[in-house]
Amino acid sequence: MTTGIRQWVNSGTPWIWLTAAAVTASLVMVLGLLLLIAVNGLGHFWPSPVWDIQYRSADGKVQQLIGQIRETERISASQLRDAGDTVSADVDGMVERHLLKIANRDISGLDFRWILSAAITERSRPEKLIVMERLEWGDFYGFIQTLRRDGQVIAEGRAAWLELTAALEYVDKLRTRIRHLEKTEIGSINYKIERLRLEKRKLELEGADTPEALADLDRQHSSLQAEFAGLQKKLEDLYRKIKRDTVSMTAMGGRQLDIPVANIVRAYQPNAMSLPDKMFFYAAKLWEFVSDDPREANTEGGVFPAIFGTVTMVLLMSVLVTPFGVIAAVYLHEYAQQGPLTRMIRIAVNNLAGVPSIVYGVFGLGFFVYVLGGNIDKLFFPEALPAPTFGTPGLLWASLTLALLTMPVVIVATEEGLSRIPLSIREGSLALGATQAETLWRTVLPMASPAMMTGVILAVARAAGEVAPLMLVGVVKLAPALPVDGNAPFIHLDRKFMHLGFHIYDVGFQSPNVEASQPLVFATALLLVAVIVILNLAAIAIRNRLRERYRSLEQ
Amino acid sequence: MKNTHSIDIGIIKNTGSADDPGTEDICLEVNGLNLFYGEAQALDSISLRIPRQRVSAFIGPSGCGKSTLLRCFNRMNELVDNVRIEGSIRLDGEDIFAPSVQVSHLRQRVGMVFQKPNPFPKSIYENVAYGLRLQGIKSRRTLDEIVEKALRSAALWDEVKMRLHENALGMSGGQQQRLVIARAIAVEPEVLLLDEPASALDPISTLKIEELIDELKEKYTIVIVTHNMQQAARVSDYTAFMYMGRMIEHDSTNKIFTNPSEKMTEDYITGRYG
Repeated sequence: MTTGIRQWVNSGTPWIWLTAAAVTASLVMVLGLLLLIAVNGLGHFWPSPVWDIQYRSADGKVQQLIGQIRETERISASQLRDAGDTVSADVDGMVERHLLKIANRDISGLDFRWILSAAITERSRPEKLIVMERLEWGDFYGFIQTLRRDGQVIAEGRAAWLELTAALEYVDKLRTRIRHLEKTEIGSINYKIERLRLEKRKLELEGADTPEALADLDRQHSSLQAEFAGLQKKLEDLYRKIKRDTVSMTAMGGRQLDIPVANIVRAYQPNAMSLPDKMFFYAAKLWEFVSDDPREANTEGGVFPAIFGTVTMVLLMSVLVTPFGVIAAVYLHEYAQQGPLTRMIRIAVNNLAGVPSIVYGVFGLGFFVYVLGGNIDKLFFPEALPAPTFGTPGLLWASLTLALLTMPVVIVATEEGLSRIPLSIREGSLALGATQAETLWRTVLPMASPAMMTGVILAVARAAGEVAPLMLVGVVKLAPALPVDGNAPFIHLDRKFMHLGFHIYDVGFQSPNVEASQPLVFATALLLVAVIVILNLAAIAIRNRLRERYRSLEQ
Repeated sequence: MKNTHSIDIGIIKNTGSADDPGTEDICLEVNGLNLFYGEAQALDSISLRIPRQRVSAFIGPSGCGKSTLLRCFNRMNELVDNVRIEGSIRLDGEDIFAPSVQVSHLRQRVGMVFQKPNPFPKSIYENVAYGLRLQGIKSRRTLDEIVEKALRSAALWDEVKMRLHENALGMSGGQQQRLVIARAIAVEPEVLLLDEPASALDPISTLKIEELIDELKEKYTIVIVTHNMQQAARVSDYTAFMYMGRMIEHDSTNKIFTNPSEKMTEDYITGRYG
């Protein structure tokens, strides 16, 4: 018997099982994580039904509730009573309760409430129920009564709903034009006016403020002002137009409410939608999520600026870290005399990879932002002071801080690659009369390039997921403008930016309405993972091409 | 059971005029060469003269210093840390260790082929053009001409002319070694150093390399290190026998293999040790 077990152990079978189990466990964890995020995040955009519920409260009164059931759980009645909930005394054991999203924050003050399943006397899904996404106060659930245009009622009931759909299209067009006017055209004029102000200040500082120069600036200024006034007038006109329609709605409990159509982003009747309708709606919502700006303190709308910020920051980081890391590795491996000193430097580099990232954030803020940025401002942008240009957290400093953070990875990977190049290849090159530098450039570095890309891949993976240091050196909750736009010099390295990782933290824990934004946290997390995967796949594709070209190391 | 390594005298080439290195035009001249790796002495007062446009072979047991001596001729030993060299080597009467000599220039004049084929992970064409590009030759026509000539000299042209721009690593070992020789002769060296060029190859490839050596000596001074005494006997005009870092005997191949003056040489070539 014992010999049988011993034989089994010696055969290596348990070892195979153990290792396979470890791999399985890792796979299950990763897939489980992705699945959890995906289910929670992607479900959010599906138009789930809205219920019209007759609910009997503890005091016996029946009230109407309208809402979406977000969560259902079973909980012991005594626990509910302890929590101060009014559960009738005859109920015992486990009770079922639902989390109902009742929206209409402007009326009820809360978006969510728990209701007991047993107290529901009647529930239905009326097709006429309308869900509205608004620019303020979150969603609205209710029935449409009338649509008024310039104060006159023009449609009622079903006709009002059809009219509203048309009115929404009208509003949407106007809103796009308003956004274009405000962000692009007026934004560009503001930018130019600011530049003029700085130019004037610069002339004053340099003592070159001759009357002619000033007059020229003033002339430019007034022409911009005139342009601005024209746009302003156009804008006012649009704002008047967009206020044309108002809808009267009935919310739950029969409350009447007037909502300007200009405030409505989207209105739909989820209970009346067919499956293809819902799928179309889902796709539109998903597209809005990845392509639009956030609304309402980031709890609604999209995350495009955050995606853009993340990708820009990672790309800039790669551009900064690759040459630095590669050059350092080449010196350490090719030129430096190997000895205790290089060994110590290597240990230091490896330890640098273990320093907590927030420490890099503090360093970035203290050195890059205040010292480097402050001095750059004094030297090159004195006209803007005391308002800082580079002496404040921004894209450049965030990328530089992360480049520093990921440098050890690139150095280690590059050194690894350099040491894998066979001596015979180097000797072959030297024997043909190449100098060491020529050998390096023509043979060694190209052959080590896949290893460098491995370093960059690891760096990208680490940098894209990093949040803590970024909070100190450039990431903000809401950036007014993207770091890349149509105003010269087009790439604004001094601007603050949004980041998916920080967005998750902000939406999940800092938003005024945590419950409502919870699914967005999951959706954003999924998006962050997807962005990192895409960045990594791109880098891996480049590496594989290089490997294909220099596949000699396998010999 | 002794004499397992002894050789058939019949294969020794009749080298005709080359009987005495003293009467030949001398290409490389080594005088009192000592080489130390740290404290260990690898070469001990070596002196010899290598005649021009002849094949000289270095033989001797493993670790006797023959490769080290070979790598002195193009100063490849300097890549190793802690090497100290005393004495002189003259190439056409010029001291190659003189401060005025540029190592890269010396290596263009003294080409080298290593034991294992070491083509670069580039195309066949780019491998041969490597040394030319280093010299700054950019003209496509010149490059094409020299590459073709070098490949023809290395008896490789007919095999690769249809796939010049394919990766050199797709060739067989023997082809790779001939490519490396082509790469070395493309820069028109005076001396070609071959460090056991056929030891990693199969018999047919070895034969081709040996035939090639025979052709190349028309133009180049060839120094070959080999483990294989038959090979030394087959291809070389002169043979030097080394042992423990010392030059035991250097004479015409004919003499070394038929009537060596030293007892040690005779013992070695008849397989009594080594």
